[in-house]
Amino acid sequence: MAQITLNNLAHSYLPNPKTDDDFALKEIDYAWDDGGAYALLGPSGCGKTTLLNIISGLLVPSKGKILFDGQDVTSFQPEQRNIAQVFQFPVIYDTMTVRQNLEFPLKNRGVPKDEISKRVEEMIEVLDLSDKANRKARGLTADEKQKISLGRGLVRYDVNAILFDEPLTVIDPHMKWQLRTKLKDLHRQFGHTMIYVTHDQTEALTFADKVVVMYEGEVVQIGTPEELFDEPKHTFVGYFIGSPGMNFLPVDVTGDQAKLGSHTIQLKGSYPELTGKVELGIRPEFVTLTSTDTGIPAQVNSVEDIGRFKIVHAKVEGNDLNVVLNEGESIPSEPKIIIETSRTNIYQNDHLVLPLEKAKGV
Amino acid sequence: MLELRNVSKKVGNALHINDVSLKLEKGSLNVLLGPTLSGKTSLMRLMAGLDRPTSGEILMDGASVLKTPVQKRNVAMVYQQFINYPAFTVYENIASPMRVARVDQKTIDMKVRKAADLMKLTPYLDRGVLNLSGGQQQRTALARALVKEAELVLLDEPLANLDYKLREELRIELPRIFAETGAIFLYATTEPQEALLLGGDTATLHEGRVTQFGTTIDVHNQPSNLVTAQTFSDPPMNVIPMQKKGSKFVFSQGEVPCPEKLTDLPDGPYTIGVRPHHLMLSQSESASLKIEALVSTTEITGSETFVHVQRDDIKLVVLTRGVHRVNIGDTIPVYMNPSKFFIFDGADTLVSTPIAGAA
Repeated sequence: MAQITLNNLAHSYLPNPKTDDDFALKEIDYAWDDGGAYALLGPSGCGKTTLLNIISGLLVPSKGKILFDGQDVTSFQPEQRNIAQVFQFPVIYDTMTVRQNLEFPLKNRGVPKDEISKRVEEMIEVLDLSDKANRKARGLTADEKQKISLGRGLVRYDVNAILFDEPLTVIDPHMKWQLRTKLKDLHRQFGHTMIYVTHDQTEALTFADKVVVMYEGEVVQIGTPEELFDEPKHTFVGYFIGSPGMNFLPVDVTGDQAKLGSHTIQLKGSYPELTGKVELGIRPEFVTLTSTDTGIPAQVNSVEDIGRFKIVHAKVEGNDLNVVLNEGESIPSEPKIIIETSRTNIYQNDHLVLPLEKAKGV
Repeated sequence: MLELRNVSKKVGNALHINDVSLKLEKGSLNVLLGPTLSGKTSLMRLMAGLDRPTSGEILMDGASVLKTPVQKRNVAMVYQQFINYPAFTVYENIASPMRVARVDQKTIDMKVRKAADLMKLTPYLDRGVLNLSGGQQQRTALARALVKEAELVLLDEPLANLDYKLREELRIELPRIFAETGAIFLYATTEPQEALLLGGDTATLHEGRVTQFGTTIDVHNQPSNLVTAQTFSDPPMNVIPMQKKGSKFVFSQGEVPCPEKLTDLPDGPYTIGVRPHHLMLSQSESASLKIEALVSTTEITGSETFVHVQRDDIKLVVLTRGVHRVNIGDTIPVYMNPSKFFIFDGADTLVSTPIAGAA
């Protein structure tokens, strides 16, 4: 296992990149802890695969260095980096049995026989494949094959890191629950450094201790699931994490109050003078609908009933706003919205601004 | 109206579709919900005329279409794995069904541009499809289905391979876009949440059988049997076997009072179903049953946290709104409220649903 350091790393697919826009991966400077579980999360085209390919050695970055435990491996070939990879689709040998498939990566590396059988038995147990251990892989389901792929990566104890590239894409939703759980178990048991690439928020937030959110080639936030939910550092994170995502309302901020049209919203702290695009970010979970006199009048456009909750699509002062209502809660006939003060966030030109008290560390 | 009467399909000895009867109205939005291999694609292929049923009748507006070849049927189908003409531009891909039908150039151009606009493809019209992202390619396939102006539109997990944010947008857009065409719209999915977001009517499919068909939210709230309840719950509904003994339900971890309206039920074995969001991690006055259970795993979806717990033979999933950290390996109390139980009898038929409005 190793700590992986990205040292002023950046990559462009163009021969002579000039502006920031020419970079598929904008400069990143970060150290991934030894034994950590990380997820790279973002929409397609955000640069996450580029970053993964740089870590695995398939791509040499145009700028910066990559270090494993302090050793510069930037120019190392993939096979010199001692990394295990699990891809979207199962990579296994159909003609081998489940057990042989798991033994193969260890045999290849000259691991002693006793050690191989110990580790492989353990892995078969962990993956719940005991009753199929001696079956040829050919006849197994896609789920089972992908489990073997995961096992082939995890069975190697000496790797610097295990990289997962959307490993659950081909798996049925019902099965995904089980496999995500399994992966998390495996991380707790074996303590590998794991990097998991996905565009699926559930996979990222469930699997990782720290989630790296990428957007247009830039790392916009690295944080725990709670941090991404409570205080997204960028409007994109607020939008991308959560279904529905965070609401953003254009406001004017003075001190600890925000003006939306003629209405005043109390904020959780005082802010310095802000310029440019200023928005209030509030998650749909923290907006309530009321029929009392307080609050800002809203027009309800449509309601989606999802059973356990309802999503209300409303307009407030001409702006779109989603509200989440719990099961059984009804919509008042002349609804007004109330925004939970402690859950307000303020954004300036898409970046989170901390209230003065917090910025000073009070 | 498309009508299926007692349609079955056998492949070898395997019964892929088992006695399905369905009526789908013009201009309606219908969802086919079931796990992989439940028969969704098989059923759609029968409707499209790509396969013939072993027995039963398929009628369009009252007339049998079993002898009508696929080419003569006015059907559009989009698969999970998008299919486009790789050598064509986006424009020509969308235009292709109209070229085959010898539609005049002016109409083609107008319709292609309108469909491209709806599917947010206008900037890519002149690009080759292979230079597009997966989402853009799938939208190209959807745009082609749209210009065909088919009377039956079959979408087989069309958004499964897309980013979930794009899925969120298209899921809202698609029914609206196709509703304007007045077609019969059938959308297959494995995800209960997607069915609820689409709305309309839902048929739940299990091992080739339609287990229930009705308004989506009604099927979700009033599943007529245990199989439908489980098909329409992700993560799966919590299921606890219990014995009714007089005025109590008794199970391995305790007992709960039988809701008043059910005291007349005969004693015997019942199955209790509890949706994950009806289990609570904190005490509320209405929760009369507490189980101390071990946390085996947690999952976070971005807006919600699922906590999996276990106590001896009982495994439960609890859903809470928001992102919370619960430590794996801790023992925590889980509270439940009998008024939130689905109760199924020994034959797995629904006898009681949660009491509406109960907290």
